[in-house]
Amino acid sequence: MLIEMIPEIGHFALIIALLMAAVQACVPLAGAATRRPLWMAYARPMAAGQFAFLIVAYACLTASYLLDDFSVATVANNSNSMLPWYYKFSAVWGNHEGSVLLWSLILGAWTYAVSRFSRELPRDMLARVLGVMGLISTGFLVFVLATSNPFARLLPDVPSDGADLNPLLQDVGLIIHPPMLYMGYVGFSVVFAFAIAALLGGRLDAAWTRWARPWTNVAWAFLTVGIALGSWWAYYELGWGGWWFWDPVENASLLPWLAGTALIHSLAVTEKRGAFKSWTVLLAISTFSLSLMGTFLVRSGVLTSVHAFANDPSRGLFILVLLGITVGASLLLFALRAPRVSQRTGFAWLSRDALLLINNILLVVMTVTVLLGTLYPLLLDAFGLGKISVGPPYFNALFVPLTVLLCIFMGLGPLAQWKRTHARTLWRRTWLAGGMALVIAGAIPLLYDGEWNLRVSLGLAAALWIVLPMLRGLLDRMRQGTSRLAALRKLSLAYWGMLLAHLGVAVTIIGVSVVANYAVERNVRMGVGDTASLAGYTFTLTELGERRGPNFVAETARLEVQRGDDDRHFVMTPEKRLYLATGMPMTDVALRPGPLRDLYVAMGEELGDGSWALRLQYKPLVRWLWLGALLMAIGGLLAVIDRRYRRAVTARDPERAALKNAQEASA
Amino acid sequence: MRARRKQKLFVILGMVALVAVAVGLTLYALRSNINLFFSPVQIVAGDAPLERQIRAGGMVKEGSVKRDPESLDVTFTVTDYVEDVRVRYSGILPDLFREGQGVVVVGRLQPEGWVRADEVLAKHDENYMPPEVAEALEEAGYAPEDYQDKAAEVGERLDAERRVDQE
Repeated sequence: MLIEMIPEIGHFALIIALLMAAVQACVPLAGAATRRPLWMAYARPMAAGQFAFLIVAYACLTASYLLDDFSVATVANNSNSMLPWYYKFSAVWGNHEGSVLLWSLILGAWTYAVSRFSRELPRDMLARVLGVMGLISTGFLVFVLATSNPFARLLPDVPSDGADLNPLLQDVGLIIHPPMLYMGYVGFSVVFAFAIAALLGGRLDAAWTRWARPWTNVAWAFLTVGIALGSWWAYYELGWGGWWFWDPVENASLLPWLAGTALIHSLAVTEKRGAFKSWTVLLAISTFSLSLMGTFLVRSGVLTSVHAFANDPSRGLFILVLLGITVGASLLLFALRAPRVSQRTGFAWLSRDALLLINNILLVVMTVTVLLGTLYPLLLDAFGLGKISVGPPYFNALFVPLTVLLCIFMGLGPLAQWKRTHARTLWRRTWLAGGMALVIAGAIPLLYDGEWNLRVSLGLAAALWIVLPMLRGLLDRMRQGTSRLAALRKLSLAYWGMLLAHLGVAVTIIGVSVVANYAVERNVRMGVGDTASLAGYTFTLTELGERRGPNFVAETARLEVQRGDDDRHFVMTPEKRLYLATGMPMTDVALRPGPLRDLYVAMGEELGDGSWALRLQYKPLVRWLWLGALLMAIGGLLAVIDRRYRRAVTARDPERAALKNAQEASA
Repeated sequence: MRARRKQKLFVILGMVALVAVAVGLTLYALRSNINLFFSPVQIVAGDAPLERQIRAGGMVKEGSVKRDPESLDVTFTVTDYVEDVRVRYSGILPDLFREGQGVVVVGRLQPEGWVRADEVLAKHDENYMPPEVAEALEEAGYAPEDYQDKAAEVGERLDAERRVDQE
């Protein structure tokens, strides 16, 4: 009896959350406009209430999955009684309805976090920020309830078992990838709300940037990890060892990341120098709009992929309208109010300001090229001008040179000073690093395989050009202090974060250039007892067998792998699975990971006469791709815990601080 | 004040120039890197260019998949139930590749009328006919009746066989 009630409770909780979101959107915004403290005070309790009811709704849906309640349509379509419990748990967001609910839940969590950690904000600013987030939340909850209700029932004809989760999604990477990505996408709504609040209030000062920056960094770090997880998943799950396909779905997540990266740097200039204010606001709007567009592209069914769940055109249209309203309204507001927040600040052409401006322009150009390549086929199709696809060569031809250009300025940026840097100072700090980068990068490919490879050298040079000048900067600072350790300790966490994130970029670039040029792949036909060699390793197929898993049957292979003439060997066991409920085949890859190389074996197909087509791959430094992304994310988070973000308000605003002290004393 | 205005002007001019160059390069790169989609009917009619990468799609014809016993070479026929195109490929076919299922082949059309595939992408489609192919057929003047019944019949028969196999 109780089990049957759970989805209804969830449904009611969702409706209450929508109502609270609507109140949170309207009352505080109206209060801020008319300066009514009571109305503004609605924002925080509503944010908390909305979050609580969203948790209830989400927990109810999860319970229906775990309890195999196939009377709920989404459970029947995406789960199965044989599915292990952890995949039942992640199946909640492995479909359109559940993933939009997760989106809303995460938005609720961010809103609640803002209301908890931004008590220091001026009252009207907090009211506006939470009000804008309430507006977004209202839009999404209406979307959930009107077009994709996750609690829709299949009554009275309850199926006896579910249709099962897509086997591609039955994987650990997929348990964490969507929540991480959503934390990033949705996290940018905070800085978006801050930007809109600044436009509404006509006030954008250094304190504003200091509030907005940590939120942006956290969202960016989550998005970075989410993208890396997606790439890692594609690498081992799709069975052919690629880690980035320039697939529109991947591009959809890369676009807000690029814009968000530009935003982080622009915020730095706005905080330190008070410049680029309207530009920062515009970037904040663009970043969140691109996040929304990503959600639209991926979920609407415009693109065919594992991610495209929605086949109902009304859903796509709804998100498109939501996107249109968000972008249109915020750009209109920007056009009307941006002149009020902008401020003129001069800077010399050779300065950190100018270098960061160039960084921003390059990142925006990269965003635009990726956007064009992603949308062009969709637009042509929409206007009936033919079906085309834009392949990786397009993206590589534009993205790679732009990245190299970006790296050149990335090397200079941290060494330049704000406002003005002398060319001679910059030269003195960089010539040695630059020379070393060129020499080392030129030599390493020769050491590696004796054959000089321009692309690898270029990638290495770019990476070293980022890292070596940073080291030089650190050394210079160590010399300045009384002792070396003291000088290092004086550096702020934000500075360390920057170093780490830039190091991450360098690590990723090294990984990309090496694995893209030195990876070796062989497709071979092997029977039991056959051997094949690849990049100095000998693979021997010793056994073919069968195995039964919880919800699949698998054909298995056992390969013994030897390196060179070494006597020791290790075993790799790839599988070809057939998932019973869906009848879908799946390749389960055998991986031998390592810091310097991965070995990768995937079973292709049975070729009759007992032999199999096997795909053997040698992937040097492929782990560095994701390691770099992890460093970037850690760097971003490290900058957040910098002290200056916590004591900002009391120092800046003595009046408020006094008021707060008085309140505390009376309480 | 004047210096600042000048600086602003330079920033704007620089941005406009950069964006113009970027858009120009982008469009150029787009033009040389887009792959057009063709159905077997269009390929047989001679609409598809030779020696340029194209995407060809349709259903894998029943009983047409032939593997070379020694190597990983494979040939199969892609059909829209109106016309057939032969495809040669060397390598591992995707998991979802099956006779009677939708497939997209990225490759080059040879003068003899067959396609050398660089990449084979399987499409899981319940409709027994990928929408691109259906549209291409419609444009070529075929009414849905001309191929739909045949496609549905083949699809259903293969489904039934598969069900028997599994049991």
